[in-house]
Amino acid sequence: MAGSDLVMYENEFKKIDEELQKLHQQANATVVFLVDKNGQLIASAGDTQNIDTTSLASLTAGNIAATGGIARLLGEKEFSILFHEGEKDNIHISLIGQRVILVVIFDHRSSIGLVRLRVKKASEILTKIFEDISNKAEKEKVEGKTTESPFAEISDEDIDNLFK
Amino acid sequence: MSFINYSSREINCKIVYYGPGLCGKTTNLQFIYKKTNPEQKGKLISLATETERTLFFDFLPLALGDIRGFRVRFHLYTVPGQVFYAASRKLILKGVDGVIFVADSQIERMEANIESLDDLKINLAEQGYALEKLPYAIQYNKGDLPGVAPLDEMNKLLNTDGSQWYEGIATTGTGVFETLKGVAKHVLLELKKHY
Repeated sequence: MAGSDLVMYENEFKKIDEELQKLHQQANATVVFLVDKNGQLIASAGDTQNIDTTSLASLTAGNIAATGGIARLLGEKEFSILFHEGEKDNIHISLIGQRVILVVIFDHRSSIGLVRLRVKKASEILTKIFEDISNKAEKEKVEGKTTESPFAEISDEDIDNLFK
Repeated sequence: MSFINYSSREINCKIVYYGPGLCGKTTNLQFIYKKTNPEQKGKLISLATETERTLFFDFLPLALGDIRGFRVRFHLYTVPGQVFYAASRKLILKGVDGVIFVADSQIERMEANIESLDDLKINLAEQGYALEKLPYAIQYNKGDLPGVAPLDEMNKLLNTDGSQWYEGIATTGTGVFETLKGVAKHVLLELKKHY
């Protein structure tokens, strides 16, 4: 398989979650969430109850992918920040470490300046966490896994049951 | 590229429906959407033109159930089939775990099928994938229409590697879940190999 799968354990997930909670608070945002470049939601903070986060994640990733395509056509490596302004809500999207997308939704209680500032700080920390995750994955590849895989015993029957 | 989250105990996999324009990729997704229990599916999102041609992609998240305590989610995507959306098609293939090629069985669409299959291979190669190494299935769709090519001929033309294939009539649902299941099974068995 090209690239590597993203495997996230409890520890890293906690760190990411803490960072998102902090950003949510400090940026005075409505919702903050983190999406894999392939459109899969990794974590979120804030009032996500009224938002279809799965769809939002997939569309955000599509948005970033399309913008990335435009960037390459123009000879840019990437446009690392997208900003959409609405009547009530605004959305600030930024790329972190070329791998994940940080999305901040905010309204009049915050401002683009504050969001940009806080996102910049959070980005540095998140980049470090994701570096650790990929280092860990690399290490496991070389040294073998330390934990028992839950997938080793997937049977045809398990899969058939999904489609009943 | 699957996403395995030990914290929320979820596995997310991405399956892409590929094929020439008007072959029935979106129809496959619509049927799956229609026939799945509400608690197992999210919204079906279609980024389409006013004439219902796919512009960027369709997206359907499915959570079919648990395996070994992990919630298995499939994210189904279609690509825009029309030739001139090549740049968008490439983007959708990013991080794909499995591919379903929906072929249009009508004889006059064979050229388009071949062209689309070549396009798929090129786009996958650009991202470091090889079709023969990915979980993959072909669906010979529109089997109910007059003027369809015989199956063995289509296999000779479009399935030289002998991949798994299914007959389909996406409008009525024939073969739709069978094809999805065929590829989903492969995707999960790949996980077993890697983890």
